[in-house]
Amino acid sequence: MLGCFYAAVSIGLSVSFGLLDVPHVAHPAIMVLGSYCTWMLSVRGWDPIVAGVVLMPLFFVLGVLIYRFYYEVFEKRGSDAGVRGLAFFFGLAFIIEVGLILVFGVDQRSVEAAYIGKSFSVGDFRIPMRMVVAFGVALLLTFSLSIYLSKTFTGRAIKAVAQDEPALRLMGANPVRIKQWAFGIATAVSALAGAMLIIVSPVEPAIDRLYIGRTFCVVVLAGLGSMTGTLAAGLILGVAESIVLMQLGASWAPAVAFSLLLIVLGIRPQGLFGR
Amino acid sequence: MKIFSFLLGLIFSAGALAQQPVKIGMSMPQTGSLGAGGQAALVALRMWVEDVNAKGGLLGRKVELIVYDDQTNAANTPGIYTKLLDVDKVDLLFAPYGTVPTAPIMPLVKQRGLLLMGNFSFQVNHTVKHDMWFNNAPWNDASSWFDGWIATGQKLGGKTIAFLAADQEFAQNLANGARELAKKAGLKTVYDQNYPPTTTDFSSLVRAIRQANADLVFVASYPNDSVAIIRSVNEIGIGNNVKLFGGGMVGLQFTPNMVNLGSLLNGVINYNTFVPGMKYPGIDEYFVRYQKKAAEAKVDPLGYYITPYNYAMGQMIEQAVNATKSLDQKKLADYLHKNEMKTIVGPIRYRADGEWANPRVVQAQFRDIKDKDLEQFKQPGKQVVISPEAVKTGEILAPFEKARK
Repeated sequence: MLGCFYAAVSIGLSVSFGLLDVPHVAHPAIMVLGSYCTWMLSVRGWDPIVAGVVLMPLFFVLGVLIYRFYYEVFEKRGSDAGVRGLAFFFGLAFIIEVGLILVFGVDQRSVEAAYIGKSFSVGDFRIPMRMVVAFGVALLLTFSLSIYLSKTFTGRAIKAVAQDEPALRLMGANPVRIKQWAFGIATAVSALAGAMLIIVSPVEPAIDRLYIGRTFCVVVLAGLGSMTGTLAAGLILGVAESIVLMQLGASWAPAVAFSLLLIVLGIRPQGLFGR
Repeated sequence: MKIFSFLLGLIFSAGALAQQPVKIGMSMPQTGSLGAGGQAALVALRMWVEDVNAKGGLLGRKVELIVYDDQTNAANTPGIYTKLLDVDKVDLLFAPYGTVPTAPIMPLVKQRGLLLMGNFSFQVNHTVKHDMWFNNAPWNDASSWFDGWIATGQKLGGKTIAFLAADQEFAQNLANGARELAKKAGLKTVYDQNYPPTTTDFSSLVRAIRQANADLVFVASYPNDSVAIIRSVNEIGIGNNVKLFGGGMVGLQFTPNMVNLGSLLNGVINYNTFVPGMKYPGIDEYFVRYQKKAAEAKVDPLGYYITPYNYAMGQMIEQAVNATKSLDQKKLADYLHKNEMKTIVGPIRYRADGEWANPRVVQAQFRDIKDKDLEQFKQPGKQVVISPEAVKTGEILAPFEKARK
């Protein structure tokens, strides 16, 4: 279940970094922004998942604007866009973090819902409902995105822009608009992931830092741009972390993600599900 | 003529020095895991600066506090303190709040022979043995925290213990002390697990503790983890056998966390430094002023845990500087070693290692806590002190599962 949660928080990055090649290190910060927006709706009586879904269109617009700015200022201007873009997204992450601190302070925020704080039993084994909800939403999100990317024209165009941008242009599609749309989707997904984050555990403005390494690891481990691969990689990471924690000790657990990454990239450079 | 110019220069430079503020430098976690506590502590420190400046400052010079955010990141503090000393040229140093950010600066202050006023660290001077370190926290060794906790557990018939501790400096120092004390007390350890500070979900760890079926469960954790652990215990359950749960959980003293967790806190027996009902000269007036400022600054609205001790840290420096009429760090350290300090958290006397000679840390049990009610935490009786015996305010309610209801 923890693995599915990791997959859910990584799936937006799988689109923005995996498919669009945008070094979106602000992805976890945008997710935390989604958590705080969810919290604001939640204290007004909204269910966190519903709040996350309602926030998706707003975050889509935010994503479109961010990409447009990134494109005009960096991508359009040349080959070193990647490095400068990285600095831009780091800056964006800091601005979001500091903005959240100024508005909400540094205290933890949490939400309430019927499924938070409850568990169900299978024999003597109790499972927290919040993790089940995160599990369900992660599955739904992964399969919805997979179907969208493989069955719709825009979805296939998003995949195509990652593979061969000039060819897409020859087909009459505007790669910049496709990328803009895809980045919007990735950001919209972050809103729902943010809702899940605050369901799973309380959040504070700097919590995004915990997820930068993990999310990039899941996306690369999966194979760039693979949605089902992201789910599988999240699951593998979650299970591996738990096993290492119990068997080898706590000090080794944070190293699991990158050790796995090194091993997989050594054997299969394109990632587990990359082509 | 030359003598006249020299004297004139001397007078002017002495005048200029008198105009220069006394700079006190520190880093403070204002973001990250300890950010909530750090920001509240800063409100208290700034109150002291305001107060001391209203009285004319130190040695006739205004006091200026130079603070940087260390983001609760131990890697940041050596650089910040080097900058404070070499670029900002501060006169005195306060340590950042917490063990983790403080530990890396101990070699630096020892090497340079500097006075360091410690700020709620646990045993950071244990191996460094710096003789100019003075901790503002009301504890010394692990026994000052846990003798009472363990004795209470044994009185209830506890024979086995489980440990859960964060894999970082503070929690490990604390847990190692508790492990030794448990061993001395003849308790059998049935579960002992460290977890990485990046842990998000504690379900599997709580499940493992439940399976271990321990009588006492000792937890040493930082604020975010503490909240997540309490939530997991509520979901998974810890087992009917557990008599005591808690001990060293940082964060359960912060008002926003207490309000958020509400009734989930019931039954937990955890360390604290101040609970309503404790009386010291000037403390009530301090809290009235603090709470007004905290509301404006949007930080811990009650500020019982760390803030009065930060104000006290300023008071101790003020007392030492006024008594020695000097900013000489050796003279100040000597004064702090030999004299009793009068503060809003009561009189403080130091041992040779810079920890409190008469520790006053308490173990208190949360009782009858309701959800979403901040005001309840101002009342005595919501945190019943079960140890030490001298300040006990009630009997323990056990086992833990019964106390939770």
